[in-house]
Amino acid sequence: MCATCGCSSDQHHEHDDHHHHHHDQKTVIDVERDILHQNNLLAERNRGYFDAKNILCLNLVSSPGSGKTSLLEKTLTDLKGELDFVVIEGDQQTTNDADRIHATGTKVTQINTGKGCHLDSHMIFHALQGLKPKENSVLFIENVGNLVCPAMFDLGEKERVVIMSVTEGDDKPLKYPDMFHTSTLCIINKTDLLPYVPFDINKAKENAKKVNHKLEIIEVSCTSGEGLSQWYDWLKSKVPVPEMVG
Amino acid sequence: MHELSIVMSIIEIANGEATKANAVKIDEIELEMGLLSGIEMSAFDFAWQEAVKSTVLENAERIIIRPGGKAVCLECNNSFDLDSLYSPCPVCKSHFINIIQGKELRVKSVTVE
Ligand SMILES: Nc1nc2c(ncn2[C@@H]2O[C@H](COP(=O)(O)OP(=O)(O)OP(=O)(O)O)[C@@H](O)[C@H]2O)c(=O)[nH]1
Ligand SMILES: [Mg+2]
Ligand SMILES: [Zn+2]
Ligand SMILES: [Zn+2]
Repeated sequence: MCATCGCSSDQHHEHDDHHHHHHDQKTVIDVERDILHQNNLLAERNRGYFDAKNILCLNLVSSPGSGKTSLLEKTLTDLKGELDFVVIEGDQQTTNDADRIHATGTKVTQINTGKGCHLDSHMIFHALQGLKPKENSVLFIENVGNLVCPAMFDLGEKERVVIMSVTEGDDKPLKYPDMFHTSTLCIINKTDLLPYVPFDINKAKENAKKVNHKLEIIEVSCTSGEGLSQWYDWLKSKVPVPEMVG
Repeated sequence: MHELSIVMSIIEIANGEATKANAVKIDEIELEMGLLSGIEMSAFDFAWQEAVKSTVLENAERIIIRPGGKAVCLECNNSFDLDSLYSPCPVCKSHFINIIQGKELRVKSVTVE
């Protein structure tokens, strides 16, 4: 594969201190390695890159259609001039979402995963080489619309934001606990539709808190704009303060 | 189907070990996959069957250890078994818990000739 990131499969030279037990001609090798080791390693590398450049990286995850791109469109437009944004769009097919982001005047890179149902740290590593985000910028990664698979794959993000919408069941956090368990913020979107759907918002919040007691929750409507200012405040509070020179 | 990515990672690790040991195939692989690790076993088995063809793991015997979930309650300090990420503490019903076992995803060992 590529030399820059050491991603080829013949790169596992660590762990040369294995214990070997011999049974007849067979040798048992103690491996004791995390299956996600390779992904986690590159995620840490991405994280190091973000830290060095003072970049705030957020990984946006949700079921298909919960409003990830809509939330980005609003945010990029409303906070233009206040924060520097860059976006990585992950989709199985099409550049539709990237086109929507591009239309807001924001720098964006598309990753098409084909059959792949999630982004991984390796894809992000390569996307960053092309994107070259500026120091002190905010990087949004819109993951593939899927509430299961992306949960396991650390991309090197600082914050993981899970979005659910009121047109989904209020038991979503219990049905897909891994994603809610690994996220730091939950956005409940499409609150403008609350009068028309049998969604119990308190129940939804309670369920999300059951899975992850540390999860913060913000209710918004990307259509009416309600609640967005709370999201913007949260976002700005996460932006690292650049180190003062001198 | 993130299970396919998981199987691919296992193959990569197994390959590395086989190469180091100058082995062309692996007889047995021991995996640790906690019950709270988010792996759907039927999807995992399906991905395995497809993905290991023509690899060092093609005929490997698979031993899967599945540690159950364990947590410590942050309110009352009680240790307990749990079968989902949202099981409350059975003593005080709190959800302020710290999961200490069940999320493992490891290749423990491989056996080569
Ligand atoms: N009523 C209402 N509709 C919304 C809101 N936010 C988004 N939508 C609509 O929901 C649909 C899906 O929104 P997207 O932003 O494309 O969702 P997504 O999560 O990016 O979808 P994928 O990338 O396909 O997973 C669109 O038709 C939006 O107009 C909202 O707050 N209220
Ligand atoms: Mg989208
Ligand atoms: Zn690479
Ligand atoms: Zn307790």
